[in-house]
Amino acid sequence: MADVNRGNRPLSPHLTIYRPQFTSVTSILTRITGNALIVGSLLTVWWLLALASGPDYFAIANGVMTSWFGKLVMLGSLWALCYHYLAGLRHLWWDSGRGFELDKAKTLATIVVVGSFVLTLLALLII
Amino acid sequence: MSYLTDRKRATGLGSSKSGTAHHLQTMIGAVALAILVPLFVYAFGSAIGLSYEDAIAHFAKPFNAIITGLTITVAMMHFRHGVQIMLEDYVHGHTRTYLIAGAACLSYGTIAVALFALARIAL
Repeated sequence: MADVNRGNRPLSPHLTIYRPQFTSVTSILTRITGNALIVGSLLTVWWLLALASGPDYFAIANGVMTSWFGKLVMLGSLWALCYHYLAGLRHLWWDSGRGFELDKAKTLATIVVVGSFVLTLLALLII
Repeated sequence: MSYLTDRKRATGLGSSKSGTAHHLQTMIGAVALAILVPLFVYAFGSAIGLSYEDAIAHFAKPFNAIITGLTITVAMMHFRHGVQIMLEDYVHGHTRTYLIAGAACLSYGTIAVALFALARIAL
């Protein structure tokens, strides 16, 4: 009788059933920022290839890079990089078996969010 | 009494059977990137907005060329590991296999293009 209800059994609850929490949103953002960074990476490598190809092609790629669209992508990528960087350090900290207590997890999440904006501003100031 | 230790009884009973090596590779890349990325942001960020000649001279410098090449290589391998985990979570069946293969092609392709470009600029 084990297979009577095959295909119509209740599934274990997935993301949609949970109310989003601060810590869970910061965790999901780690994945989103990490994967979204492919856009900025491809733009960067295309720009490098254009630089290697000669002045004419470089003018096109550099035009895209310094246009409002390119600047938006690069600024977004910079923030995503800072966010993913801090969230990655948080993962390494978790891998050492520390930081899982509720209050500590919340503190870490706050550091990641606030720190990502601080690092972005810092990078913009240095560059 | 049982002569097996708790660990020995549990070994191999997990649902995934593998994945430790994948996680470890992702994390080793992450540690490398923790050092490389700040250097790269400085090396690459200071090149945006330069003229063609200045940009060529900028990436012809060993530090900028090596940091850029190394960061893109390690970052794309890190992307390959990470995107595979994401695909395994959300995509199923053959589509999953094709997309993981596609992500691998994209990662290695990007590395190859970046290294070719840097070599051509620097040499």
